[in-house]
Amino acid sequence: MTSFLAVLIDGSIYASWLFLVAAGLTVIYGVMRILNMAHGSFYAIGAYSAASLVGWYFNNGIGPAWISYLLLVGAALLAGLIVGVIVERGLLRLMYGRDEILMVIITYALLLILEDTMKIVWGVSPYFAYQPYTELGRTAFGLLKVSNYDLALVGVSCLLGLGLWAWLERTNQGKVLRAVIHDREIAVAMGVNVRLMFTITFVMGTTLGALAGALTAPAISVVPGIGIEVIVLAFAVVVIGGLGSIGGAAVGALLVGLSRAAAVHYAPEFELFVIYGVMSLVLAFRPEGLFGRTMARKI
Amino acid sequence: MRFDRTEISLALIAIACVLFGFVSPGWLIFLLTIALSKALVVQGVVMQMRSGLVSFGQGLFYCIGGYTVGMGGQFFGIHDAIAALALGIAVAIVVAMILGLLLTRYRDIFFAMLSLAFSMILFGILVKSQELGSTDGFNVHNWTVFGWAPETGADSQQTVFTMTILAGLVIAIMIHRYTKAGIGVICEAVRENEVRVEYLGLSPRWLLYGNYVAAASVSALGGGLTALATGHVDPEMAYWTTSGEFIFIALLGGLGHVAAPFIAAIVFSVVRTYSIEFVPNTWQMILGFTLLGVIVFLPKGLWSLVSREKSGERT
Repeated sequence: MTSFLAVLIDGSIYASWLFLVAAGLTVIYGVMRILNMAHGSFYAIGAYSAASLVGWYFNNGIGPAWISYLLLVGAALLAGLIVGVIVERGLLRLMYGRDEILMVIITYALLLILEDTMKIVWGVSPYFAYQPYTELGRTAFGLLKVSNYDLALVGVSCLLGLGLWAWLERTNQGKVLRAVIHDREIAVAMGVNVRLMFTITFVMGTTLGALAGALTAPAISVVPGIGIEVIVLAFAVVVIGGLGSIGGAAVGALLVGLSRAAAVHYAPEFELFVIYGVMSLVLAFRPEGLFGRTMARKI
Repeated sequence: MRFDRTEISLALIAIACVLFGFVSPGWLIFLLTIALSKALVVQGVVMQMRSGLVSFGQGLFYCIGGYTVGMGGQFFGIHDAIAALALGIAVAIVVAMILGLLLTRYRDIFFAMLSLAFSMILFGILVKSQELGSTDGFNVHNWTVFGWAPETGADSQQTVFTMTILAGLVIAIMIHRYTKAGIGVICEAVRENEVRVEYLGLSPRWLLYGNYVAAASVSALGGGLTALATGHVDPEMAYWTTSGEFIFIALLGGLGHVAAPFIAAIVFSVVRTYSIEFVPNTWQMILGFTLLGVIVFLPKGLWSLVSREKSGERT
């Protein structure tokens, strides 16, 4: 029973983390049709910014601990904004209109560039910002002790999901965005500034990625290469859910999170296998993902 | 059997390379061996690109080729390098025949992602298997060629080099003929417009299937040769960044000619060797900018530099 509870708790924590990572990716794909390989780098940049800022705060400051949480989020927003604008205006804008698959390769090139940029800016030694993680203490579920920070992550993830949903479905801007998703040309004809919507979407996506990194930073040691590991996981999640669907990403994250937690507890040798196994299985039966739209073939 | 100009030039270059191998220093032979065996994997990527599919998981077959050669010697007593390479190809073909059934239903990014997922599955399995050395992999040594055991060091390096050149030549000629033959031409038609190919009464799916399996076998051969050359295999071979490297080399060379991947792989290896030596922390950045540069300025790859000159002569 305990192990079942453990799977449930671990699974939900892992799932909420996966959703945080995957949300930005799926938003960008949904609007811009760009499968962004550099998303993992945005995650890493967020983690680095947050870790260095929070580390600096605790090393120098005597300020209260709660400010560090604001710093985490602030660092992510700032980093996401800056990097997002630079990348969209400086690189992607010049590349629009190319093949989807070529865009994947272009963002792969971007990933390579950003990986080394991070090494130049932050060096190769690890950064730590564990204080916000330990500060919150733990809660006991029977025999299990779970970090409150991890539980808070579940809450943040749910809020973020709801927020995204509300933004897309309940605001004017969301409506315009859905129009762009549905048919870019008609949207342009109706007077929608698609370029601006692209910039907004992309910056939003990068910020979400950076936020995921920043919120993860206290729980890990931030080292070069964390983005590379994360990106394929995020891919698996959004592909399972259906590219471009936020609800799909949530379901994909839950599916992957729970199955990985189950694998870790019952059959640890299948830990990595299970994630891609689930993905292949879903794609075998639903090629467009669980919530993806089926496209008509063009002649 | 008649050989055309390309094939004769390839053969002459191969002979020159083998002779060159006897006088050149060890490090250069090693570099060339690795570059050329990777070029074979890239040939697999290029074969699929011709049909419009970009595989982000060619590392799967690279890894299968390498591990089969390694395991053949380690566990099954297959010490003959040629037999081990053949076994690697056979395993890759079987795996590709199974995965191909599923993969050929997908195009574009879905094909890319699913092929990536399969290679990550292999990565995941290898990392967790203690018998195969987990993340460290294991060494590949004590192999023979037709009963002859080359001594470790320069001797065996020389042997792998010669084998790689010969394998490269044979594969290059086969691919050259393949692309000129009906199936190769139709593969390009599938890239241009799949539905029209279907209207012509052909099944794009089975074309892509055959192409996928063929590409897998070529890549596995490259993996096997790499394992023999480096004397080591590890799960990193199946990691997605390795596959990314193959795509990079493929785009660098372009689809214009069967020799392009070989040239691109050599350029890649030379640049990499020197940049890791001199600018270890900006190596990937150089790669990234080069990739962007190739996409924007040389969409047909390095080969277009050569062929452009040629077409200029004719007019």
